[in-house]
Amino acid sequence: MKCRRCEEQAVVEVRHAHAAYCPTCFVERCREQVSRAIGEHRMIRSGEKVLVAVSGGKDSLAVWDLLLDLGYPADGVYLGLGIGGYSDRSGDCARAFAERRGATLIEIDLASEVGFTIPQAANTRRMPCSACGLAKRHLLNKTALDHGYDVLVTGHNLDDEVAVLFGNTLQWNMPYLARQRPALPESSGFARRVKPLVRLTERETAAYCVIRRIDYIVEECPMASGNRHLLYKELLNTLEERDPGAKATFLNGFADRVAPLLDDLAAQERDSVGTCSRCGSPTTAEVCAFCRLRDQATRPPRRRKKRRRDRSVHAEESPVTGGESRRP
Amino acid sequence: MKIRLHNPRREVETTGPLRASDLCKQLGLNRESVLLIRGDELVTGDALLQEEDVVEVRPVISGG
Ligand code: SF4
Ligand SMILES: [Zn+2]
Ligand SMILES: [Zn+2]
Repeated sequence: MKCRRCEEQAVVEVRHAHAAYCPTCFVERCREQVSRAIGEHRMIRSGEKVLVAVSGGKDSLAVWDLLLDLGYPADGVYLGLGIGGYSDRSGDCARAFAERRGATLIEIDLASEVGFTIPQAANTRRMPCSACGLAKRHLLNKTALDHGYDVLVTGHNLDDEVAVLFGNTLQWNMPYLARQRPALPESSGFARRVKPLVRLTERETAAYCVIRRIDYIVEECPMASGNRHLLYKELLNTLEERDPGAKATFLNGFADRVAPLLDDLAAQERDSVGTCSRCGSPTTAEVCAFCRLRDQATRPPRRRKKRRRDRSVHAEESPVTGGESRRP
Repeated sequence: MKIRLHNPRREVETTGPLRASDLCKQLGLNRESVLLIRGDELVTGDALLQEEDVVEVRPVISGG
């Protein structure tokens, strides 16, 4: 197979684009796709301070690498989730990358910062990935604001977005659908959150890392089993194999034709946000979902059962601020 | 040839020469969900893998 652009030997096929590329042209294509996403959704404006949420996985390291090469002097933030050897190894990947690129990496350790780890948070009634996602969104947003960054970048790729869209559509979850955007504007208490990899599939970001010799954590998080989005991704790839381009068509059709119809709902959700009486974070409840998670995760195990009944009196969290049905 | 698999990490043997896309079929894997890496270079589905090759089958789907 020959490269579509230069006729050299190709190393990676992009079936939904009916093309294959050599390493040099593939990297160039990834940069173009990221530039295009940033431009189309006005993700980053010149002179803004950019913070990348770095997990040590392929997507976050790829997006950091791409932003640096595109001339954005982005810093990274790594959250130590306390998931045993998995966290140790992913932290090593993040640190090694930062060192290789001479970039700044802020490190936040959950156990010392908020008093619990993800395995402890998974001992509550939340599913592990839901608790983890909530903690990550809260802490990443807080770090971005505390350190004066204008924009928080995450490594969500096309497959992540398609899986979330698929899940939210299966449930016709209108508030969640209303806020599914490649760029969520800044609002009171929130930094702008953007997803520059939204035009690249998971297979493309992994190929990018292999070609760029970026050492990322390949092993699966031990707490991911049972994660519904993994199942959706497999289903969607079965569809994609038979009908290349199906995933992008689904996502782009939503963005072009459905999302604009939900603008009012998105604005309504944003307007209903107040502040948490405990930590000051944005929330639609009296106490935000993160503070409630922290209470549950740090409570001594014996008393947990008794207090569980009290929880039903709390107002349910709006999807604007927590409880989002998605992986982070 | 040696085939390295992940999650869990293990190694299996198969006989070359073999097309990369046929290796995926043999292993029952969706080509959208994996990358094939010979030595340390990516290969496309039409690549002919040889008996002496070491091939990593790297999953690309991640849950977190
Ligand atoms: S797989 Fe789940 S628990 Fe593991 S890091 Fe991702 S969201 Fe957190
Ligand atoms: Zn080329
Ligand atoms: Zn709070």
